[in-house]
Amino acid sequence: MTGAIFVLTVMGLLLGLVIGITVKFFGTEPDPKVEKIEALLPNANCGGCGFAGCSDFARALAGGKAEPNQCPSTNTETAAQIAALLGVALGVRQPKVAVVLCGGDNTKAAKAALYNGVNDCRAATLVAGGAKACLRGCLGLGACARACPFKAIEITGASLAVVHADVCTGCGKCVATCPRKLIRLVPTSATLHVLCSSPEKGAAKRKKCSAACIGCQKCVKAAAGAVSMEGALARVNYDHQPSPPGAIAEVCPTHCLQPALLDVTPVPTPAASASEVAHA
Amino acid sequence: MGEYFALIVGAILVNNFVLGRFLGICPFLGVSKRLDTALGMAGAVVFVMTLASAVTATVNQYVLLPGAPFSVGDLAYLQTIVFIVVIAALVQIVEVILQRFAPPLYRALGIYLPLITTNCAVLGAALLSAKESHGILKATVFGTASAVGFGLALVLFASLREKLELAQVPECMRGTSIALITAGLLAMVFMGFAGLGG
Repeated sequence: MTGAIFVLTVMGLLLGLVIGITVKFFGTEPDPKVEKIEALLPNANCGGCGFAGCSDFARALAGGKAEPNQCPSTNTETAAQIAALLGVALGVRQPKVAVVLCGGDNTKAAKAALYNGVNDCRAATLVAGGAKACLRGCLGLGACARACPFKAIEITGASLAVVHADVCTGCGKCVATCPRKLIRLVPTSATLHVLCSSPEKGAAKRKKCSAACIGCQKCVKAAAGAVSMEGALARVNYDHQPSPPGAIAEVCPTHCLQPALLDVTPVPTPAASASEVAHA
Repeated sequence: MGEYFALIVGAILVNNFVLGRFLGICPFLGVSKRLDTALGMAGAVVFVMTLASAVTATVNQYVLLPGAPFSVGDLAYLQTIVFIVVIAALVQIVEVILQRFAPPLYRALGIYLPLITTNCAVLGAALLSAKESHGILKATVFGTASAVGFGLALVLFASLREKLELAQVPECMRGTSIALITAGLLAMVFMGFAGLGG
């Protein structure tokens, strides 16, 4: 008994001493440059840079394997600070924001079923594709909002995910989360979005949702080159933004073409356009 | 010489650590999704198991066994706790030294080095050597061979799983279920080596 205690105590002390001495004489100091960069990074570990978290990115930066503006979540000033710290030139990065390409909240989109399951879009998708009649409509259960490291996505009272463009950094976490692939990263300068992702034919879509793109092509004619058709769905060409977006947006009969990122208080006259659909 | 040959063949094939003795199953399933990480893990395990077997056998011979030079009584019953402490400390020291003197190797081994501190295969090799009363050299050879056997199983399994990614697996069997079935089949294949090398 005493022998066992003696042996274990001596062994513990000895091993502790050896580890201590090894660290003291052979240990490596963490790179102060890496620490400084890490302090400047947002440390949200969003993974938008393509590295495994902010500290990994900081190490890659210090090793010259990454560029400061690869981080989508830092603003230009911070990126410039990091670039100055590293002594490299700062390239030009086009800042991006996420946009949810669906405008069909509960007041506009029809429901096919009542969903009572786990409160998450991915879970809802597994159950016969969720409650919405439109299979490409926002389920509004907030998987993207919970995935967002910056809390930039709000679920409106009518169950629609809306991105706050001023908070969004364009890291792309929500893009990977959305089971319906409704979220896209677009340039912050973009002024026009088609808030519909359904590839269905116009008439079929309109039965399910009053805010759907019905493929009337009015916007294509109004905006020379800024909007093009993808099957029955209009798509904004983000490299070619029209100068006064408002005029083009006004031609859209379902208000699915929006002049700016959807506000939390969205779209004119939902009741009026819904009754219009009913009559049509 | 023949004795060592039988020991090596036995440890790699007949009593393969993963597929024969069912030790180290956690990394076997955890790090076998991609071949390159499997190779990294296999390398780290060979490295640590060789070192750990040598050191634990030395401690066993010089301190724990009755009649050892630094013995304070029969402490063979302390083998498990002493070995695990020695292995953990050893890995710590090796990590610090590698980081200083061989950063490329340190980066290549990555997270696997600290992870295998408490791998039961490493402790298993040490305890089995102690049970069989192997000498220090024999224990080291046994440790290396066992680790090579572990690496072989890991690399084989990772290659199979990479192929499985492309195969049409029924939906209910995808992921862990098919991995476990594959592991079972692989273990049965290795049973075919029973009797080889005595």
